[in-house]
Amino acid sequence: MCLAVPGKILSITGEELLRMARVSFGGTVKEVNLAYVPEAQIGDFVLVHIGFAISKIDEDEAKKVFEYLKEMGELEAEGIR
Amino acid sequence: MKFVDEYRDAAAAREFAKQIARVTTQPWTIMEICGGQTHSIVKFGVDELLPQQITLVHGPGCPVCVTPVELLDKAAKIARRDDVIFCSFGDMLRVPGTECDLFAVKALGGDVRVVYSPMDAVALAEQNPQKEVVFFAVGFETTAPGNAMAVFQAKQRGIKNFSVLVSHVLVPPAMEAILGSPGNLVQGFLAAGHVCTVMGYHEYAPIAAKYKVPIVVTGFEPVDILQGVLMCVTQLEQGRYEVENQYTRSVRSGGNVHAQELIAQVFEVVDRKWRGIGGIPQSGLGVREEYAAWDAEKKFKLEGYTAEESPDCISGLIMQGRKKPSECAAFGTKCAPERPLGAPMVSTEGACAAYYRYRRVAVEVK
Amino acid sequence: MAVKEFALSCPVPISDYPTVTLAHGGGGKLMHDLIQRMMLPAFRNDALDAQHDGAVFSVGSARLAFTTDSYVVRPLFFPGGDIGSMAVNGTVNDLSMCGARPLYLSCGMILEEGLPMETLWRVVESMRIAAAAAGVSLVTGDTKVVDKGKGDGIFINTAGVGAIEHGLTIAPQSVRVGDAVILSGDVGRHGVAIMAVREGLEFETVIESDCAPLNGPVQKLIASGVEVHCLRDLTRGGLATTLIEIAESSKLQIQIEERAVPVREDVTGACEMLGFDPLYLANEGRFIAFVPVNEADRALEILRGEELEAVRIGEVSAGLPGMVTMKSRIGTTRILDMLSGEQLPRIC
Repeated sequence: MCLAVPGKILSITGEELLRMARVSFGGTVKEVNLAYVPEAQIGDFVLVHIGFAISKIDEDEAKKVFEYLKEMGELEAEGIR
Repeated sequence: MKFVDEYRDAAAAREFAKQIARVTTQPWTIMEICGGQTHSIVKFGVDELLPQQITLVHGPGCPVCVTPVELLDKAAKIARRDDVIFCSFGDMLRVPGTECDLFAVKALGGDVRVVYSPMDAVALAEQNPQKEVVFFAVGFETTAPGNAMAVFQAKQRGIKNFSVLVSHVLVPPAMEAILGSPGNLVQGFLAAGHVCTVMGYHEYAPIAAKYKVPIVVTGFEPVDILQGVLMCVTQLEQGRYEVENQYTRSVRSGGNVHAQELIAQVFEVVDRKWRGIGGIPQSGLGVREEYAAWDAEKKFKLEGYTAEESPDCISGLIMQGRKKPSECAAFGTKCAPERPLGAPMVSTEGACAAYYRYRRVAVEVK
Repeated sequence: MAVKEFALSCPVPISDYPTVTLAHGGGGKLMHDLIQRMMLPAFRNDALDAQHDGAVFSVGSARLAFTTDSYVVRPLFFPGGDIGSMAVNGTVNDLSMCGARPLYLSCGMILEEGLPMETLWRVVESMRIAAAAAGVSLVTGDTKVVDKGKGDGIFINTAGVGAIEHGLTIAPQSVRVGDAVILSGDVGRHGVAIMAVREGLEFETVIESDCAPLNGPVQKLIASGVEVHCLRDLTRGGLATTLIEIAESSKLQIQIEERAVPVREDVTGACEMLGFDPLYLANEGRFIAFVPVNEADRALEILRGEELEAVRIGEVSAGLPGMVTMKSRIGTTRILDMLSGEQLPRIC
């Protein structure tokens, strides 16, 4: 149930339930149904499962994992923990 | 690959592992209930990086594994028919029913085809009007939007020779069943990040409160899982039991509303039998009356059929986290990936297959 | 290094499947078991027992290598190759892996009634071009036709003979503890190219098969004086399966680093999407070489001089006989096991 992979939207055609995108996964391009992510635009990254985009990747949130690590690193260096 | 490689970074993984070791003061048992997470943990050896006191248990998170044996039998019956093209995700092909698996049906002449998406099956139906195309709609909530769209579009476009054999299951009822069972050892949960991408995580708050277990919505890459474990253990150590979200780059608390709407249009919540566990009320999805003409069980008149499992397979205990695959008498002997007795040995995400394939080598760290 | 692991106590009985299934041809465990339990015992002899890519024997003063392979690929034509070029290159490569200079090929064709002449001509032309490129001659052949429905268009068998003009024994038995494991280039292309066409997965970026003859670079490597211990091309079952086969034949352990194995980004993308592991995907123009560790750099230099993106991926040790272990990119170690059959697109 969980094999969903992030890919970058290269182009979009159609509307609403028939809105489709060409999505690139590291250079391999596949047609993906965008019906469930109507806000996604060209250049956005979407998470794709069985040919459907199920979410748009929030790039700011994506960085937070590493910002957290950086903070931990700084806290340790300062001897706070 | 962007948004993949960063979360497989060795230094980040080590750092999270260090943090986990730092906060852990006592033993904890945490369950993940997602086949994809099981796969990732065993493939990357994530559990090797955890302190001894943390036990990661693999729950019934593999939809392939929990598909009841009678549904496999129904699939085989349909697939054997000359007038049918039977389409399925690859995972299902080697899961044994009471007699055989779909691979064997194909070997005997059944037109069984692997597809990547249910829409491929709909396309096949359009291209083959003289045949009945049946799609094995298996999955948790993550797969439901895609399967719903296939049925919805088939009806919209008047494609009558298409139908779905549904084996959809829901995570929250399974969690409750595990937490509510008498021998339960699970103290914290990693919730499935892609299921929550679709459904959100508001369903988990009552569960966390009722059973006093922390639930952390977690992603799939090693760094995600380690951060999820860190967040869960931190809560356990602090005596908290809240729902938190590690997978914020994909999951919002309300989930994907558009997907939920279409799922609700095509499917309704029904009672479902889970292979190895038994019946869990209101734990699955079934096709709504308005779409009955696209429900393969009705079309092929198979609703009444039931079947029983192999007695040697203890998959139920394994999927509830009460036994490890290595503790099963049949593991590696009567039951192995080439001749599985039960589903967890088939799917590469099934706990038994994961254990078998990526089996552990306990190494002394130099 | 203290080690605990599961021991398989029960051998797999081949009678579990009363009929042959596709998995028996997939290059995984079922196929290996079929060969081990049915084929080998039936035909037992020294040459066969060596279980290398081809048989090596002497006729008078000449040392020869002899091999055969059958090609049943569907689709017949795919980006980067076709059944014809595969049939020539596959056998040329098997001979090369024995350390032989490929000389002569035979070709047996089984054609299905109804196959368009144009298709046959394309395949034959492709074989002609491939044979010329590899420097081999097709000297004998056979053609049969079967009823419509009894074949997949074309089945091709090629057998080949080559001359071994050096004193080395290039086989798993020659692999030594400490040997470096060298891989001739990136993996997974052929498997993805085939899967893309066969499963109707339309990738816009065309991933081409890596189908190619390897005799040129291999001959250069041997001629350079590097003490080549073993060579094997990676076909069905991929890099992982090939390493396991050699570890089992040589009864040694092979350790590799995940980070060292080159995979192109678009191949990775396709694998991630379908749930494939590139280590287990078919290749048609890649090989691994086992050389003494102090000659590894020289071997790499020679292969790179032949325009191969060769890299060192691991080493041979004595620890766990027959096992292949891989250090993952996050620093943990796992055992690489054989798959039971072919990989299929999955959802989990």
